[in-house]
Amino acid sequence: MARHQIISPLPGTFYNKPSPDQPSYKSEGDTVQVGDIVGLIEIMKTFHEVQSDAAGTIASFLVDNEEPIQAGQPLVELKL
Amino acid sequence: MTIRVTQPGLSTTVQDLGRPGYFHLGIPISGGMDRFALRAANLLVGNDEGAAVLEAVFMGPALEFTVDAIVAVTGAEMTPKVDDQLRETWTSFAVKAGQILSFEILKSGARAYIAIAGGIDVPMALGSRSTYSLGGLGGHEGRALVVDDELSLGQAGLGAKSGIHIAPKLRRSPGNPAELRMLPGLYWHRVTDVSGRNFFDDTWQVAPEADRIGYRFRGGRKLEFVDREQPFGAGSDPSNIVDGCYPYGSVQVPGGTEPIVLHRDAVSGGGYFMLGTVISADMDLIGQLQPHTATRFIEVTLEGAMKARRGRQNLLDELRASLD
Repeated sequence: MARHQIISPLPGTFYNKPSPDQPSYKSEGDTVQVGDIVGLIEIMKTFHEVQSDAAGTIASFLVDNEEPIQAGQPLVELKL
Repeated sequence: MTIRVTQPGLSTTVQDLGRPGYFHLGIPISGGMDRFALRAANLLVGNDEGAAVLEAVFMGPALEFTVDAIVAVTGAEMTPKVDDQLRETWTSFAVKAGQILSFEILKSGARAYIAIAGGIDVPMALGSRSTYSLGGLGGHEGRALVVDDELSLGQAGLGAKSGIHIAPKLRRSPGNPAELRMLPGLYWHRVTDVSGRNFFDDTWQVAPEADRIGYRFRGGRKLEFVDREQPFGAGSDPSNIVDGCYPYGSVQVPGGTEPIVLHRDAVSGGGYFMLGTVISADMDLIGQLQPHTATRFIEVTLEGAMKARRGRQNLLDELRASLD
């Protein structure tokens, strides 16, 4: 089955939920459509939503909640 | 003679060499965070070194040109694309009317400088075209660009042509760890000898909230202060002083925990002690630091700082000579 990685467009800190007291945007096994939000990146006191650029099922998150990330780093792996 | 913003990037602003002369009124110099790269971009397209360019942080914009133009991108490694065809950084290239300039994902550095022959023609505000977003002053309507903004261009010089290149040895980028030279300042006596040594020994990381106002660092040991009765007018925390002036590059450490190096959009004064000042020769490097970059502060003398400034001036002269 084909795989696809969602790549971070920005450096910063990755969050898998909109705020600490809310559930995660997506979990492993969830289906996603193009444009679905899969995480947040905090940078320069702003939060940037990460949207899926493919439709599929989430195979795994490649970074943890609150993990530092670099631009170009794969964040999520999808099964297409 | 315009370009239209089809995607703004994260925070893309018009910047030149800044607006000196108003800091005593609380208006900072603003201008490019990496002035060396800004000058280089302008020189590549035949502009005056201080012409207005676009500064794009971490993520490039997409720009639709309505006129043929010569463009150069310096600073961060963010590969430019003209209608999806890759172009080189630090090298001038042509964009034709109707084409779109966009960028690949950031590879290294933090801020790309996009110079267009003729310069970005926004109105002057207090002698500069730089954007001071916090004060809503200058640039394009005093703010970062948004979708559908249109920017006018000035008249390109006759010397503007594609294929002009700046050799890698004439570029500057931070090392790993990044090293920022700092001259200890008037308030150095406020921290203990052990804390003073720890500050230079520790490796710090750039905090994700670092921006044009200041670069915050974390991860080093907390500073311990020399005991004193706080003077009249100073706050109660030992990191407080009676309000003073903040130089560009000054390093304040609120609560003794996270050093903040003030940069081009700095506040001009306040009540935090300053450990010292990052020297002018290294301020450009700060503008190219990504979040989480390991950083060391290196102690220098005034003589060392002056020598570094001359060295940087010489590099700029060498850069100019290479393009003549």
